[in-house]
Amino acid sequence: MEAAIATQWIMACHVDDVPENGGSCIKHGDEQIAIFNFSRRNEWYATQNLCPHKQQMAISRGMIGSAGETCEPKVACPFHKKTFSLLTGECLGEEELAIKTYPVKIADGKVFIGVY
Amino acid sequence: MSKPTIIVVGNGMVGYKFCEKLLARSTQFQIIVFGEEPRHAYDRVHLSEYFNGKTADDLSLSTLSWYSDNNIALHLDDPIQEINRTEKTIHSLKGITLKYDYLVLATGSSAFVPDIPGIEKEGVFVYRTIEDLELIKACAVNAKSGAVMGGGLLGLEAAKALIDLGITETHVIEFAPRLMPRQIDSAGSNMLQMKLSQLGLYIHLNKSTAAITGDKKIHSLKFNDDSQLAVDMLVISAGIRPRDELAKLAGLHVGTRGGIIVNEKMQTSDEYIYAIGECALYEGMIYGLVAPGYEMADIVAAHLTEADKSFYGYDMSTKLKLIGVDVASFGDAFITEPDCRTILFEDTHKGIYKRINITNDGKNLLGGILIGDADAYNMLLQTVNNKIVLPPDPEDLILGSRGGEANAGAGVMGLPDDALICSCEAVTKGAICSAVNEGGVTGIDGMKKCTKAGTGCGGCVPLVKDLIAGTMKANGQYIKNVICEHFDYSRQELFDLVKINELKNYDLVLDHYGKGDGCEVCKPVVASILSSLWNDVIVKQEVIQDSNDRFLANIQKGGTYSVVPRIPGGEITPDKLIVIGQVAKKYGLYTKITGGQRIDMFGAHLSDLPLIWEELIDAGFESGHAYGKALRTVKSCVGSTWCRFGLHDSVTFAIEVEDRYKGIRAPHKIKGGVSGCVRECAEAQSKDFGIIATEKGWNLYVCGNGGSKPQHAQLLATDIDKETVVKYLDRFLMFYIKTADQLTRTATWLNKLDGGMSYLKNVIVNDSLGLGEQLEEEMQALVNTYHCEWKEAVNSPALRKRFAHFINAPDEKDPNAQFEPMREQVRAKEW
Repeated sequence: MEAAIATQWIMACHVDDVPENGGSCIKHGDEQIAIFNFSRRNEWYATQNLCPHKQQMAISRGMIGSAGETCEPKVACPFHKKTFSLLTGECLGEEELAIKTYPVKIADGKVFIGVY
Repeated sequence: MSKPTIIVVGNGMVGYKFCEKLLARSTQFQIIVFGEEPRHAYDRVHLSEYFNGKTADDLSLSTLSWYSDNNIALHLDDPIQEINRTEKTIHSLKGITLKYDYLVLATGSSAFVPDIPGIEKEGVFVYRTIEDLELIKACAVNAKSGAVMGGGLLGLEAAKALIDLGITETHVIEFAPRLMPRQIDSAGSNMLQMKLSQLGLYIHLNKSTAAITGDKKIHSLKFNDDSQLAVDMLVISAGIRPRDELAKLAGLHVGTRGGIIVNEKMQTSDEYIYAIGECALYEGMIYGLVAPGYEMADIVAAHLTEADKSFYGYDMSTKLKLIGVDVASFGDAFITEPDCRTILFEDTHKGIYKRINITNDGKNLLGGILIGDADAYNMLLQTVNNKIVLPPDPEDLILGSRGGEANAGAGVMGLPDDALICSCEAVTKGAICSAVNEGGVTGIDGMKKCTKAGTGCGGCVPLVKDLIAGTMKANGQYIKNVICEHFDYSRQELFDLVKINELKNYDLVLDHYGKGDGCEVCKPVVASILSSLWNDVIVKQEVIQDSNDRFLANIQKGGTYSVVPRIPGGEITPDKLIVIGQVAKKYGLYTKITGGQRIDMFGAHLSDLPLIWEELIDAGFESGHAYGKALRTVKSCVGSTWCRFGLHDSVTFAIEVEDRYKGIRAPHKIKGGVSGCVRECAEAQSKDFGIIATEKGWNLYVCGNGGSKPQHAQLLATDIDKETVVKYLDRFLMFYIKTADQLTRTATWLNKLDGGMSYLKNVIVNDSLGLGEQLEEEMQALVNTYHCEWKEAVNSPALRKRFAHFINAPDEKDPNAQFEPMREQVRAKEW
């Protein structure tokens, strides 16, 4: 079903707009999207910027890292350190919280995010 | 066959302990307990804590259900009236008659009340039970002055209770020419008296009370020398009398001056009746401490279960804190030359007196007395009891080793396995070590559960802790205190590794010593270590900083930030105040005075932060590091420049100290205070370091904090000059920075530090580790490389660019950051 919805790629920013191993936030219409440049793993991730715990626009300002043996990439909200998987958006704590994730593509030094 | 019945008369500490000891040995007895008091057994040793907020429940030795759980029939509020030895029955006040196979008398003692005219008047009390304490408490509400009759151990305890109850004028009346004549020598008594007088206690020696005057209620005490003392209340604590009336009535042998005569198995003159605790008289002696009482309880339990154990007298060594003054007496405290050699140390300035008696050949310790500082008590007692051979300079035992490498004694691990560590519960070193080795015990709480060591008077707890740590260390097994899943090191270990290998960024540290990709726990820890070592601009490695350090401001509800410029010592010019007002107005900020004498501006949008700081820096402000695990403020009172009481210029000193340590990263935030006199208006004793002016210089306190678990700072050095204060502070702060776990304030760090304050004092003041100079140099290097990180950020276009909410729309603010009006200012919208 989801495949039927066309993913629209938007140019979010330049690669060097996002600090290495850190995040930035972009504005897409009324949406706020957090982009993470996980340069240590040569990976990029994007999620909603809103932390569902206290409804704060802050995920992009959080620290990223990995969890467990599988090195699940994650981000911690700066407010209360709720951590979310950058792959699935699921909260890695006990809470039933989750954030939306977006696909990311890099081309010509630019960062593209797939929105739908 | 039915179980043999044992009836215990008395439910005090020793009576209770007997039940516990017997159950531990056998469950083949039917135990019945009669208590005279309405409460089940409680801790009488710590009775005065009842006035410090402890409740009767806190003092209870067990829960009430403990008795029923163990099938013990407990009859409270029902004293035994009569023993019929031919029928082997007892008869209680409430009319219960029961048959016993064995009877255990644990009737304890009562306060000795001398026969003085007027003793029956209102306002005259004894100090023995919780009920006594409640009566004293009720009377103290309307009393301004009080006296305690008796200057022994219990009398001084009672005096402490009166002080705790808010009696401003407390007197101690002693018949003998000195305090605590049974425990300490005359020089020790003098020192104790001096200390207690300084603490506001009025001490009268050589006073014999002739009468208590007053109508219905006590008005004053009249002495044999015709002098008088007007008091609102009197507590009698003139000694104890064994409760032997029941035994006497039953025809058991009692001593001429009281006490039920027992043999080495604690049997009375009737072999089916035992007596234990303070009611028992063994070889002409009453043992008025809890530890020998417990030992007697165990001997009866052993005898009943046919185990072989006898009483051979008991070591009456004791250590207490009387009104905040350490008092200890151990071994043969009174032996004098020529039967021994004596080493004395006396410091009337600090109120310390120490005496040790050693054998004439200098090989063994016989006993001694400690007043004012009894830290060495446990080890000294062990040295006596285990006949440990003394070091060549036995004075080190009481003076500490002064320079040189010689460490007095071999420490706790050098004790023999049968060394008795906890005398209340008779737990040996061997038992403690095997609880660690075989029982897997790793902490004092586990040890208390496993062996009961430390559950009696608590005096051995430091020694037990040392043994746990020492045993674990000897096994190469020590609790690894790791930072997180990515680093298998404690903060201190990682600190040393980063330093030795000169690693300068997070990824290098992770590659060398970690695994995975890091996380929100280890990143800020490494960031702090890097900063404490190399003091580079932290925002150059922004992504490993905690969110507040990343944007050099404190994130608040709604995602805006607060801004706190440094106001050293709380001193600020009118012009600077105006600038703060103008900036706050321009950027729509809510302003509030902080607890640390500065001004916080809330509600700054991320993108406004560099603009705000540009204006503040132009006006001469610097970062206040309110966002960092770093020095926050050094609070000051106005001091001698204006205050009529001020001794020295506390504001200037606070500014100097704040300027010296500003910006330095630490395991946690650091706060300081400087007060210009003993009135302590800067509340310096609630800070990580506090400096208080004295007539002769400054007193330096360290390791205090407010917060959820307030703790007073402790005195590190007295009457030192400013240079020495700074020298000690350099050492102290650097030692803390290098050795504390992450997010550990100085108070918690000290609480966990082996050896506590005396160890810290040794390291900082006596330079026992020889680290003093190095610590000072390391601190000086940090001071020399200070930079205002906001200045660096504002002046760097690359760093400034990071202060945007939307990287693709840098001029737009976060529309979700919303405010509501409140008292002519704004507040963050509720989440």
